[in-house]
Amino acid sequence: MLKQRTLKTAFLYAVLFLVALYFIAPLYVMLVASFKTLTEIRNSSIIALPSEWTLDAWKKAWDGACTGMECTGIKPYFIATFEIAVPSVILAILFGSLNGYVMAKWRTKAADFLFAALLIGSFIPLQLFLIPLAITLRELDIFGTTVGLILIHTVYGIPLTTMLFRNYYVNIPDELVKAAIMDGAGFFKIFFNIILPLSPSILMVSVILVFAGVYNDFLFALTFGETGKKPIMAAVQNIVSSSYGVKEYNLNIAAVMISALPTLLLFLVAGRFFVRGLTQGAVKG
Amino acid sequence: MAWLVLLPCAVVALYFIWGFGAYTVFLSFTKSSFLPNHQVVGFAQFAALFDDPRWWVAYRNMFIFGGLYLFSCVIMGIVLAILLDRVTVGETIFRTLYLYPMSLSLVVTGLAWQWLLNPTSGVQQIMRDSGFEDFAFNWLASQDYAIFTIVFAAVWHGTGLIMILFLSGIKSVDGEIWKAARIDRVPTWRVYFNIILPQLRTTLLTAVMLLGFQVVRSFDIVVALTNGGPGFASDVPARYVFEYFFQRGKIGQGAAGAVIMVATMIMIVLPYLIFEVRRKD
Repeated sequence: MLKQRTLKTAFLYAVLFLVALYFIAPLYVMLVASFKTLTEIRNSSIIALPSEWTLDAWKKAWDGACTGMECTGIKPYFIATFEIAVPSVILAILFGSLNGYVMAKWRTKAADFLFAALLIGSFIPLQLFLIPLAITLRELDIFGTTVGLILIHTVYGIPLTTMLFRNYYVNIPDELVKAAIMDGAGFFKIFFNIILPLSPSILMVSVILVFAGVYNDFLFALTFGETGKKPIMAAVQNIVSSSYGVKEYNLNIAAVMISALPTLLLFLVAGRFFVRGLTQGAVKG
Repeated sequence: MAWLVLLPCAVVALYFIWGFGAYTVFLSFTKSSFLPNHQVVGFAQFAALFDDPRWWVAYRNMFIFGGLYLFSCVIMGIVLAILLDRVTVGETIFRTLYLYPMSLSLVVTGLAWQWLLNPTSGVQQIMRDSGFEDFAFNWLASQDYAIFTIVFAAVWHGTGLIMILFLSGIKSVDGEIWKAARIDRVPTWRVYFNIILPQLRTTLLTAVMLLGFQVVRSFDIVVALTNGGPGFASDVPARYVFEYFFQRGKIGQGAAGAVIMVATMIMIVLPYLIFEVRRKD
């Protein structure tokens, strides 16, 4: 009886371990390759550890790798992405939390209608927005600019943040708001002094989800990114697939690794919020 | 005041989402080529789309990829959730290992798998180096099998989320069930399959919907892994539409493709919605 149980447990862990290998493999293979020299990559197995660890590929990928004629590494694209992501996150959360507050606490027919319109609309494939977006950005004269991408990410981040905040604020007792109104507090005062301080965790969830969404975006980056300052995912794809001269695999892989780091670290540090956001968004969306 | 606050929200919903969507639907009925053109031509763009063998390859791929992706993610997700529910030591570590791909972009996912599946560097070479000289695994360059490489990569990215959905579902089931099952000597696997999983119907629907929408949208991973190749063999509608918009200057035909994408989504979701509404009545 006892022996059978031990056997079962051993089998259980063996399966879990094998599955873990499938999930680790791509990251492991990239990580070791990024520390090898180009000659070693060509002559050794991709699963072998580097015989000599070198940071050269990482350094060159950061500020020396070429996309076509430009040899700037991914540094400028990395910085450009943060210049887009930070304002987008702030704006999408500001609007989303205000919307969520109004929709949860000042419920009217119109607010409910808007919420439904946002929610159903967020399922529409983004391809349908590309042409009208291009026209609008050209008319506003912000096509292919940082401002243009901030606008795009704010606009299409609002459905997500609105939904997260509304579903959170619905659970806050109405009496809290009513009492504050009795005390003569105005709309914004209630929002900034009472509602917002109640929501640090949903704020964390929103920051992480919106940031990861903007940072990992490829479609808008590719379509509306500024030449020479494209957001990171478009840039890294371009570096890897550009076919000028000899393919420097170690460089390409280091570039992919660097581009993966921010959201990967975010997940390792705050995975709890990541999961909460995605499952909540999933369950209620 | 409340009204003023909702104004930006109304602009987003009515202009940037529904307005833009409607405009693209309108474009699919016009003569638009390099630039949007408002001359209406009826269903001509749809006729051109349906006459294009490339479109049918892309459209069929969406179902092949989608079917396998959904099936694999859900089965693996459920099995892993059950296994992790059984584990006493190391749950956090395994959970993190299965879940981390979710934080990576689909571009990174595609590029990582490209490296692993590349015949001269990846799995094929590892096997040949370890003595299997004739081992061949070159799906990335195969007309028939390239689409399956996208399934590998996408499943790697998506399984974790399904696992975590089911894991929290399983854990939320009343613990009394286990006591009752022990008294009645019901085997563990039967408790999961006959008692717990049937209660997680909503979780399953959520998972399927979530992954289904991902399938229709999938663009990044295809561009990064195969770029629709070799030839057009692993193309998908989202990439096809993008190419017709911006590289071929056939906006009308691209818009028709986008409309078919949405129509397909509605056809898939509608039975579920009708079912849910009827159930509530």
